[in-house]
Amino acid sequence: MIHILLSRLRQGHRTLPYPKSLPVLPERFRGRPEFGPGACAEGCRACADACPTGAIELGLELKRGPSLDLGRCLFCTECTDACPTETLRFTQDHRLAARRREDLVQDPGQAPPLAEALGRELRRVLGRSLRLRVVSAGGCNGCEVDVNVLGTLAWDAGRFGIQFVASPRHADGLVICGPVTANMALAVRKTYDAVPDPKIVIAVGACAIGGGPYLHQAEQLGGAAGSGLPVDLFIPGCPPHPLTILDGLLRLLGTIH
Amino acid sequence: MTAPVFVPMRNGQALPLAQVPELAPAEFRAEVVRGVRGGLRLACLCADRELNLYAVLAADREGRLLAGRTRLDRPRYPALTPDCPQAHLFEREMAEQFAIVPEGHPWFKPVRFHRSWAEGRDAWDRAGDPEPAVADFYQVKGEEVHEVAVGPVHAGVIEPGHFRFQCHGETVFHLEIALGYQHRGIERALEGGPHPLGMKMAETAAGDSTAAHGWAWCRILEALAGAEVPPRSERVRGVALELERAANHTGDLGALAGDVGFLPTASFCGRIRGDWLNLTAEACGSRLGRDWLRPGGVRFDLDAERARCLAGRLERTWADTRDAVELMWGAASVLNRFEAAGAVDPVQARDIGLVGVAARACGIDQDVRRDHPFGPYLQHPVTPGLAESGNVHSRAWVRWLELAESHRFLRAALESLAGSEPDPRPGPLPPLAPEHFCVSLVEGWRGEVLHLAVTDARGRFRRYKLVDPSFHNWFGLALALRGEQISDFPLCNKSFNLSYCGHDL
Repeated sequence: MIHILLSRLRQGHRTLPYPKSLPVLPERFRGRPEFGPGACAEGCRACADACPTGAIELGLELKRGPSLDLGRCLFCTECTDACPTETLRFTQDHRLAARRREDLVQDPGQAPPLAEALGRELRRVLGRSLRLRVVSAGGCNGCEVDVNVLGTLAWDAGRFGIQFVASPRHADGLVICGPVTANMALAVRKTYDAVPDPKIVIAVGACAIGGGPYLHQAEQLGGAAGSGLPVDLFIPGCPPHPLTILDGLLRLLGTIH
Repeated sequence: MTAPVFVPMRNGQALPLAQVPELAPAEFRAEVVRGVRGGLRLACLCADRELNLYAVLAADREGRLLAGRTRLDRPRYPALTPDCPQAHLFEREMAEQFAIVPEGHPWFKPVRFHRSWAEGRDAWDRAGDPEPAVADFYQVKGEEVHEVAVGPVHAGVIEPGHFRFQCHGETVFHLEIALGYQHRGIERALEGGPHPLGMKMAETAAGDSTAAHGWAWCRILEALAGAEVPPRSERVRGVALELERAANHTGDLGALAGDVGFLPTASFCGRIRGDWLNLTAEACGSRLGRDWLRPGGVRFDLDAERARCLAGRLERTWADTRDAVELMWGAASVLNRFEAAGAVDPVQARDIGLVGVAARACGIDQDVRRDHPFGPYLQHPVTPGLAESGNVHSRAWVRWLELAESHRFLRAALESLAGSEPDPRPGPLPPLAPEHFCVSLVEGWRGEVLHLAVTDARGRFRRYKLVDPSFHNWFGLALALRGEQISDFPLCNKSFNLSYCGHDL
């Protein structure tokens, strides 16, 4: 017993002070990509050609410039490595979540729309708690890893009223990870139906938003929305950093703005 | 014993396909059976669309692989499994993918429940898309015998799978595991490659083994392209792989403590696992090591200053890990529970071809890093962790020994990186050699990760095969449950901690 107490003293208090202050992210952390102030070389389409998921589209009129779909982005550096003018770069901004799919498509020079809170009525029903059922549906277990982390003492999502529960009957909503494989489609649908109304759906990671690296595969349905679920929050990343996930959840609850 | 008919090759060596002997089907079968009876391990058995079968036998003591192939003139052949149980899942996989029927297979069921790659009816005479886990499950009948079905959706943040228990009261007579829910078609997608998404698919074959599968992929491409990797970059890759091992072993030890209700280690390790992942993020920006490795080298090198910074954080993380895990070894309640659960018989473990932590927990002394060394492990050998009892305690203890070994490797590697200059970032690789055959093995944190590639006349992948250690080991979990209380399933399951997505691909 004494060893446990001594160990407790040595290990100390480690819950992050977030959201009062932001944890330090590593220098090489890849957050929201942006087209910086430097101009693209005329006719250059190096980034769009390099992107393995086709997340970058070049505007029809040269003035509009390229746009980037965060829902498809795997944060893999192929585009930034290909950019000859270093116009395209990853920032340290971890706030990526959006309420609407189209908000994930980012045009240069436009302030990124951050996720708004749920409606007043829904927040009244939820009260101060948000119970979520995670359904893993064909991904690589990477997003699950970083969702799970929120339950550890470092992030302690419980202090915000957020809890991951074992039964859909106890849940206010679903978190979907993975592209939703054909083999998981029925299980996802049944789990959704088992959640009492009103309910929300959160798509975590590139797979759950649009298929991720598997977007061309016939074995999957293209994510939560592709499988027919109404998605209330999209959290991009491959996988998203726990801070990105928590940021999205807290914005949804109106805890942070 | 006569000389092997199969061609000997090294881990990560590319051979012209013509040098891989093509045997008659009966001879091929006899050679695999003879090899496995003589103590070799069936590391891979796979087919392609032209009904070629390829086998890779591992001679772990001699540090070499033996490869051979055959061509079937019709999609059926006498099954290997009755004489070589290690083949049982591979044969089911070939049947599912290419509608090749292994005649006389004693446990002939689908593996992942997907449509056959071949035209027409599949090996079970079905057309169209099969329903997941709709199979003829083994059933025990009798008074007071009952069946428990669990999944695919489980009570926790875990991947999907379906488990059928045949129970007598609390005691499990038999467990059958039906997977395939995570099947997203990786191997089919890799055909005709390498494609731009190939590296991503390898990294996400099992997302918690990004470095292991990523490295195996890189080594296949490098061997087929004839590219050399600078030794310093290989050392950086070693850092990636060992950090991955340390993070996952720490997480597993904490989760095992949690499953027997020993909360201090469970909560400390939950956090410390994050500290290990954050070391990886410091190196490459991603906690899971995404995009750290690139064919030809690494995308994110560790300059001297970063290596020094990591070395300091490594020592603090290791001190916290030791403090948290040693608490558990001092708790009699934990040891009692660990020792009484989930034993796998070492003879059976060998028969079914267990790999990695689960094998070493049964006293099977094999580790790719030592037996088939590659990259940094040639100069910096590691000692495999071993235990004997094959139970939950042994699997936990092997992880603990390996954690200490990974720490030792990391300290030495970071020290050497801190005293040298980074390599230039690798450029694109030359085209792959046509009509070649290549096998690459990496010891991931669960065990042996195998990638196998066969190129066509244009140097594209005619076949790309991945074998995650989970593919070998899921059957081990089923055996570990025999005679156990069903309430110990979570503990036994966690002690293996196998990948669903790595199995389902």
